[in-house]
Amino acid sequence: MSFSSLLLQQTINGMSLGAMYALLALGFTLIYGILELINFAHFNVFMMGSFLALWVLQGFGLTGQTVILTGLPLIGVLVAALIVTMFGTGVLGVVIERVTLRPLRGITGPAAMITTIGVSYVLFNIILLLTSAQTLNFPNPLPQLQWQVHGAIVTLPEVLIWLVAPLLMTGLWAFVQKSRLGKAMRATAQDPEAARMMGVEVDKVIMTAFFLGSALAGAGGMIFGLYYNFTSFLIGFTAGLRAFTAAVLGGIGNVPGAMVGGFAIGLIEAYSGQFIATEWSDVIIFSILVLVLVFRPAGLFGRLAPSKS
Amino acid sequence: MLLEFKDIDTYYGDLHVLKQVNYEIGQGEIVCLLGGNACGKSTTMKTIMGVVRPVRGSVIFDGKPIEKLPTAERVKRGIAPVLEARRLFARMTVFENLEMGAYLRARGPEFEQDLERVYSLFPRVKERRSQIAGTLSGGEQQMVAMGRALMARPRLLCMDEPSMGLSPLYVEQVFDIIQEINRQGTTIFMVEQNANMALQIAHRAYVLQTGQVVLSGMAAELRVNPLIREAYLGEMQVPAPA
Repeated sequence: MSFSSLLLQQTINGMSLGAMYALLALGFTLIYGILELINFAHFNVFMMGSFLALWVLQGFGLTGQTVILTGLPLIGVLVAALIVTMFGTGVLGVVIERVTLRPLRGITGPAAMITTIGVSYVLFNIILLLTSAQTLNFPNPLPQLQWQVHGAIVTLPEVLIWLVAPLLMTGLWAFVQKSRLGKAMRATAQDPEAARMMGVEVDKVIMTAFFLGSALAGAGGMIFGLYYNFTSFLIGFTAGLRAFTAAVLGGIGNVPGAMVGGFAIGLIEAYSGQFIATEWSDVIIFSILVLVLVFRPAGLFGRLAPSKS
Repeated sequence: MLLEFKDIDTYYGDLHVLKQVNYEIGQGEIVCLLGGNACGKSTTMKTIMGVVRPVRGSVIFDGKPIEKLPTAERVKRGIAPVLEARRLFARMTVFENLEMGAYLRARGPEFEQDLERVYSLFPRVKERRSQIAGTLSGGEQQMVAMGRALMARPRLLCMDEPSMGLSPLYVEQVFDIIQEINRQGTTIFMVEQNANMALQIAHRAYVLQTGQVVLSGMAAELRVNPLIREAYLGEMQVPAPA
């Protein structure tokens, strides 16, 4: 392969990974923007998403790569699995907030953040017990289609990722910018007390942020399964940490920043894996994060704000 | 009475902020609350909006107790705040800030009507409607903050330091507009450091000192009260030259 086709190939890979990280990073950023809380439960909400998708696809009678669907049945199965997964993880996020975080509202200090780490481990262990620590083959009903582009290969899952992820992100963007509740979310993020005095019910806004963020993580989890053809109780940590890095890189709290950060991390991972060595990927990702934060402490698109009292 | 405080006691932790406070604000009045720093003026506003809950006493709005109601319900019943230091949503546009003021109301002809009213009271706000609120000057931001509150179509407007940090020209404008809003039928309860201006437009006033009402009465009378003149209007008794 020539250098230019290698570069193109890794750009393709990086954009696919990046779309997944971006979906995941949005959840971190939405919740941080409103609560100034780093939600570590998000790591394993993503992991739960991949299992929900797996169970739904198995429910349609699909196992491994043995059943291949085409046309309408394929689209129907995938759309149904995506909707159930997103709704399921969205509800999971809302339940996590309602049960474990709302009682801690108003308590300053790291209590809420530590709680999210605890919740993350609970989810992790549930799946660990259910799967007996096995790595599971992810049902993939997609036909083995691929296309040659200037010496690089584009596969069908990648094309699907590029269709679905931007669609979800645009949907979120439109919701936050245009809808009444989305505007209330932005207002609450900027000045919670003032928003409350306009009549905004802050609890409802927080629930919405958890639902949307967790639903996008669920979509990310399903994409993970279809892209890598496996899932396991472990996948939350690596992907979650990289997506969190993406959110910080873009400027945590900033929605477009999380998307750009996600794609940036995906591309860095792909390029460094190809041109340096896979085992150096994380070193490079985190070095770049440190460098960016040294020169732009609020991230690429973030702004330093006085912390809310 | 549109709004009443009956023996209100408010605490921040152990700190007793409002002590047995009583206010009566009648329909159509402009009532001003005077007092030094940290005497409980902003706590009064927060108690009306339900951001701070009183430990004892009752807040009556339009004949009904509201002290247990959530903030959103109070906004729905017709109380809107103009917050201290404006507190606009700085990264949203001026128009979006106005929309937030009408958050609990449906879009429709009434919304458009109120928007027109705000635009005619504040032509500058109309000019700046698609600008990001944080980029406006202090005076313009105060206009947006007042417009935002009016978008709730309030019966009672609670204003916390509307003249703070404004140039004298804007202060004059703001007080003119407060009077105009009042003439159009909105009752106004206002906390203000600028006692001189406030007492010129207010009908009545209360003076708060370390959480207690120490003086109240008609604005015209308070303007000539020697205690007020000395403490709030900046007039020192100059001893006659020997």
